[in-house]
Amino acid sequence: MLSVLRTIWEVFLHAFRKRVTIQFPEEKPRLPPRYRGRIILSRDPDGGERCVACYLCAVACPVDCIALQATEDSTGRRYPEFFRINFSRCIFCGFCEEACPTYAIQLIPDFYMSEYKRQNLVYEKEDLLISGPGKYEGYNYWKVAGVKIGGKDKGEAEREAPPVDLQSLLP
Amino acid sequence: MNGLYQLAVVFGVLVVALTIAAGLIWLERRLLALWQDRYGPNRVGPFGLFQVLADMIKIFTKEDWTAPFADKATFILAPAIIVVTVLLSFAVVPFAPGIVVADLDIGLLFFLGMSSLGVYSVVLAGWSSDNKYSLLGGMRAAAQMLSYEVFMGLSLMGVVVLAGSFSLTAIVEAQRNLWFVVPQFLGFLLFMIAGIAETRRLPFDLPEAESELIAGYHAEYSGMKFGMFFVGEYLGIILISSMITVLFFGGWLGPVLPGIVWFLIKVFFFIAFFILLRAALPRPRFDQLMSWGWKVMLPLTLANVLVTGALVLAFA
Ligand code: SF4
Ligand code: SF4
Repeated sequence: MLSVLRTIWEVFLHAFRKRVTIQFPEEKPRLPPRYRGRIILSRDPDGGERCVACYLCAVACPVDCIALQATEDSTGRRYPEFFRINFSRCIFCGFCEEACPTYAIQLIPDFYMSEYKRQNLVYEKEDLLISGPGKYEGYNYWKVAGVKIGGKDKGEAEREAPPVDLQSLLP
Repeated sequence: MNGLYQLAVVFGVLVVALTIAAGLIWLERRLLALWQDRYGPNRVGPFGLFQVLADMIKIFTKEDWTAPFADKATFILAPAIIVVTVLLSFAVVPFAPGIVVADLDIGLLFFLGMSSLGVYSVVLAGWSSDNKYSLLGGMRAAAQMLSYEVFMGLSLMGVVVLAGSFSLTAIVEAQRNLWFVVPQFLGFLLFMIAGIAETRRLPFDLPEAESELIAGYHAEYSGMKFGMFFVGEYLGIILISSMITVLFFGGWLGPVLPGIVWFLIKVFFFIAFFILLRAALPRPRFDQLMSWGWKVMLPLTLANVLVTGALVLAFA
């Protein structure tokens, strides 16, 4: 019985505590750098699109909100023809970022995405692409991948040995 | 002239009671937030007061769905019963000298009778919904209200003995020298606990217990029919607070300020206390609730009546 009275009193004392609410539009919350918010597509340090249109993010996405179409430029470099994220479906789980082999897709600390029309929440590639490398400064997928594209032959990637000549492998 | 005045009082009481009941939605959310280190609704209008209007518009425009498997007539009737019975009880509450709809000689009995009728609303709602959770909620409500009603009435007998009348106006007048909360402190505690149980407020909200019964007896209700249960609940809080004020805290009596202001101050104090209880206390188990009612509350009430009666006889 006494503990009940004490509970009532202590809850009453909460009336004089500091409020924990952050009054959002006037007062901005501090978001940690790895906060999972709006999704962006980043670029290489030298400005090329990082995304290689491998569809891994679209497959990983639990709500199927990523749609893209792969294509190739004349040098053999793969890139998405279109890349569409429906943010009215996205649950900001970050699986796409984890699945991405090239650090192209990234979630950033920004959630101010209210719209009056649902259609406006569908972001196209122009809306998603940013001009910098995002969270991973020096990374350049095409420089470390052992794939041949225009201007870079097999064996010329960083930390890649030249391909073995099969003819010379004979015993 | 007299008839017009009576009419004005009737409408005044109706309008004020319903307005306060609607405003309580806002007040409760703000107060709960206050005790949980939050702000509560503070965006719509000054202090978020127009939240009430927004909520009203919302609830009036919501789909008013009647479950196809429900017993239609009863299903629709049930929410009305609770509002009607509680509003009828307001007829006997003396707000200030002269401001009372019907100053019955047996006002107290009328109030007790009406609050007993209120249980039909909940039971019928639970039964007509044809849903096992609703039915469980309705049965719990019936059991809870029956057992708490027993000592609700008895806990007031001390007051009646002291005042020598069942008329609420006479009871208030009898407190000119001393509020009944002093000689009847036990009665006050018992009545308050019974009152909370009667209005099915937390911590005694077992009939709706969201965590076990979804929403209990009003699980199948939506739109304004659901709103009626809500209005009924808030009206119930106002009613019980008014009754506590009238019976134990001298009603409109108080220095300087006019009677109606004193009445409202006291009523709002108790309403805030009810909300504080909701913020602070967890819900007991159902068997705990029942054994409390029958094994602790009832004997205490009977002892209270006995001792009060004996003392009044001895000193009269
Ligand atoms: S964050 Fe999750 S839901 Fe959103 S696009 Fe990426 S995988 Fe899909
Ligand atoms: S964003 Fe990453 S995972 Fe998605 S298609 Fe492009 S490279 Fe693949």
